[in-house]
Amino acid sequence: MSVSIFILIIGMGIATYLPRMLPFWLLKEGGLPPFWMRVLENIPYATLGALIFPGVLYIQENIWVGLVGGVSAVVISLLGANVIVVVLGSIAVLAGLSMYM
Amino acid sequence: MQEAQAGYVKTSDFMSGLRAGVSIAIGYFPVAVTFGLLSKSSGLTLAETLSMSLIVYAGAAQYIALNLLSLGIGIAEIILATFILNSRHFLMSASIQARSAKEPLWKKLIYAFGITDETFSVASLKSGKITAGFMFGLGGIAYGSWAMSTLLGYLFGASLPDVLKESMGIALYAMFIALLVPPLSKSRKILSLALCGAGFNFLFTYFELLSTGWSLITSALLASIGVEWLYEKRKGRSRA
Repeated sequence: MSVSIFILIIGMGIATYLPRMLPFWLLKEGGLPPFWMRVLENIPYATLGALIFPGVLYIQENIWVGLVGGVSAVVISLLGANVIVVVLGSIAVLAGLSMYM
Repeated sequence: MQEAQAGYVKTSDFMSGLRAGVSIAIGYFPVAVTFGLLSKSSGLTLAETLSMSLIVYAGAAQYIALNLLSLGIGIAEIILATFILNSRHFLMSASIQARSAKEPLWKKLIYAFGITDETFSVASLKSGKITAGFMFGLGGIAYGSWAMSTLLGYLFGASLPDVLKESMGIALYAMFIALLVPPLSKSRKILSLALCGAGFNFLFTYFELLSTGWSLITSALLASIGVEWLYEKRKGRSRA
């Protein structure tokens, strides 16, 4: 392994681990005022919204592929399927689609 | 007796973490295989590629590192870009910490390493306190898949059918959607949170106001604070 790549990997590792671990070190479990606790409880849903959109449109060059995949996932979820079924189902829909395109 | 029971609870938390992580493991496969493949074609050795996945363990940052390396960008700049991109995990860890069980710090510092967009989403949408056992199971299977798939991608990535690799690109998004849809269809507050988060992120990235990492943090924070503030205000008014 070249020295510069080694330094790069260690540096990137530290830059990634620090934000992951600092809150556990600095914050107490449930130790914030109620308003901010509720804000932290909101974070997952707001983050999921932002993680899904608009990223899902860019999984392939043609944004329709992502749109069809995303809508399939929504429909399968609404039918009450569990996460793995939704994941495999959406993959299957896109695999099927790509055979016709 | 009591000890045996405690041991049993720990194992079952670990097992439910493992189970909850299966869809992440599936979703990481195409992403890490592609990373392995790209890394090989940009001239990194197998040891360098694997170390990147094992030590950095952050998908988007690893891709960007390859890209910047090939452009001849300096190490310090790549590390800074990594920090900017991954500082979003600060918010995620803070949110997990708020809901975590009281457990020794060293356990949390270990599972903190496994906090990714995906493990965070799965952990924070499960009901009840978040335990170290659960996080070890969840993080373990995700990390294992990331490392194994990187290796497979480096060694055999070129021979995988394109149809499979391409259609699997939807996997992580499908997982995010599957996690979000059930709570979202039950609560209007959650629907507002998700729509605001998505809307802000779209605006910031589409008009190139913020980089991907900062956009995600800013969107999540603005949506979470804004929606909470509106609800607080409405509650206050209906009380008056």
